[in-house]
Amino acid sequence: MLPPGDTLAHILAHHLETAPDRGAVVLMGRSSETHLTVRQLLDGAGVYADQYKASGVRPGEVVVDLLPPGAPLLFAFLGGVLMGAVPCVLPFPTEKLDPVRYRENLTALIQVTHPAAMVAEPALASELREALPHDPAMKAILGCSDDWKEGSGAQVPDLWEGLMRGPQDLALLQHSSGTTGLQKGVALSHTSILSQLAAYLPALRLSDEDVVVSWLPLYHDMGLIAGFLLPLLAGVKLILMSPFEWARAPWMLMQAVSRHRGTLVWLPNFAYNFCAERIPDRALKGIDLSSWRAVINCSEPMYASSHQMFSNRFIPYGIKPEALTTCYAMAENVFAVTQGPIEGRVTIDRVASESLQRRGLAEPEAGGSQRVVEVVSAGPPLPNCAVQVVGEEGQIVGERQVGELALRSDCMLSGYYNRADATQSALRDGWFLTGDLGYVADGQVYITGRKKDLMIVGGKNIYPQDIEQLIGSVPGVYPGRAVVFGIADQELGTEQVVAIAEIDPRHPRGEAALGLDIRRSVSTGSEITLRHVKIVDERWLVKTSSGKLARSANREKFLTEQGRTRIGSESE
Amino acid sequence: MDDLVQGLRAYIAERYLDMAPEDLPPDYPLVSNGLIDSFNLVDLALYVEETFHVHIDDTELNANVFDSVDGLAALIKVRS
Repeated sequence: MLPPGDTLAHILAHHLETAPDRGAVVLMGRSSETHLTVRQLLDGAGVYADQYKASGVRPGEVVVDLLPPGAPLLFAFLGGVLMGAVPCVLPFPTEKLDPVRYRENLTALIQVTHPAAMVAEPALASELREALPHDPAMKAILGCSDDWKEGSGAQVPDLWEGLMRGPQDLALLQHSSGTTGLQKGVALSHTSILSQLAAYLPALRLSDEDVVVSWLPLYHDMGLIAGFLLPLLAGVKLILMSPFEWARAPWMLMQAVSRHRGTLVWLPNFAYNFCAERIPDRALKGIDLSSWRAVINCSEPMYASSHQMFSNRFIPYGIKPEALTTCYAMAENVFAVTQGPIEGRVTIDRVASESLQRRGLAEPEAGGSQRVVEVVSAGPPLPNCAVQVVGEEGQIVGERQVGELALRSDCMLSGYYNRADATQSALRDGWFLTGDLGYVADGQVYITGRKKDLMIVGGKNIYPQDIEQLIGSVPGVYPGRAVVFGIADQELGTEQVVAIAEIDPRHPRGEAALGLDIRRSVSTGSEITLRHVKIVDERWLVKTSSGKLARSANREKFLTEQGRTRIGSESE
Repeated sequence: MDDLVQGLRAYIAERYLDMAPEDLPPDYPLVSNGLIDSFNLVDLALYVEETFHVHIDDTELNANVFDSVDGLAALIKVRS
């Protein structure tokens, strides 16, 4: 299924030689579609490869792709692959994003990653050339242009320097958002990516007939791997749409599946609720979803109720309930660690709430009046992945005992790029400590929560310290006295972000205005919006003996005040 | 402040922002300041359609069409 070859460039060259005119990608817009064959995609990539080379970028150096959704974004990424560079996609600046914050984030990345080039739309590129601090490694900030002519190397794989790279060389970098995420680039080798696909494609029962449909952003692991590289390298068709268009017109996903006979889609949990509740009937006229083989829930806590809502809404349009499945994935493993049943029913484990919360034991419900938590199975580990559950003292715990999930596979990260310290603290004896809490029962992996304070909002990993820093810069907030955490919201199917900020008595101002300023600062400085903002005086926030703010203690206090005690751990 | 503005303000403040309606100035630029996101806007367009029988196309869900409670109220008045 995966063609022979031990680097990404070899596999792309194989596709170009064997099926140059096969339809590779359809870029679906609101009113038009752009079809790209393998040859067209790689011709476009060749143009970018030539631009990088002409700018002095050498194989093995990092190229940052800041383009908005569309063909150039794909060309710019693949151009890096063809010339043997290490491409990395980062978010492009949206309208609401503060340009100063955007540049601060890029600066944080540059200080660790030292890319050799960046490529962006011309206006942004010239702005960045002016405003970003000088870095000796940076050879060019390129403004992409329609005038770039087809490069000499575009159609001639023999000239691709990418074919000279070795399987252990780095293929790409992946980041999560915010200063913290941008300073921890997950570095993946060609071997890791191809080993992931070698294990994952059979688990999906992928065939040439499959059609992947995706609206996911390419700066996210699920978008880049499942929603781009997987279909491209496996040689199946991809229907790709802009995440921004999808967010305003979620029915585009159903239209794409219906029109192109889509079979595979990956979605974060919130999208199940959003699609089920926010697509009017008129947008579904004539829609036929019977081709849909698997809708794969991945990248944030999964709710049985979200699956139920989704199937109730779309069964009348031909979706099969057994198409709904699950996956546990992370960038550090390229993508999938587990995969739920394909064309079978996902296991829902009904366990006693009391025992799960108090003793960390997932006891099957015993009937009677006890409270029950429904935990959605993420499926068994892929054949190339081993999962262990580790207790607080580092010991391996037994079946149905909750602990931190540790992972070992042949597709793990080479390291966090230029961050030996972070790499070392994440790995123990060859096992990657995921920071996720969960248990194993009957060979299936169940995720119940997280050890770290990391939030997952709409499928995106968000570090609370980055948001706290944004809030700390708002005039009127006592410096260092802001705490941010997520709370589960089953109605939305994702986490809501709560910010609690202590007012600075030296800068007295109205609480309502301060609250609006905090919201604006977070919205324009990050990828999230705040749902709850609470302004407090100096007595409210819980501090540790060393004066640090304890997120979990403040979270408990907030939930208790709201009368929603432990709702988070109960439904995660 | 008329009933339309009050009603819209209460819906937006309570549903998306968990705040007291009176704390949200009706001319506050909600969309350009990013206080409500595109998922909120999709929800808001459906609410407006169901409640006031006024259609807002998804291509219009941006700050140029309406940015505040006042702006949304004006749009509804023009179209109904």
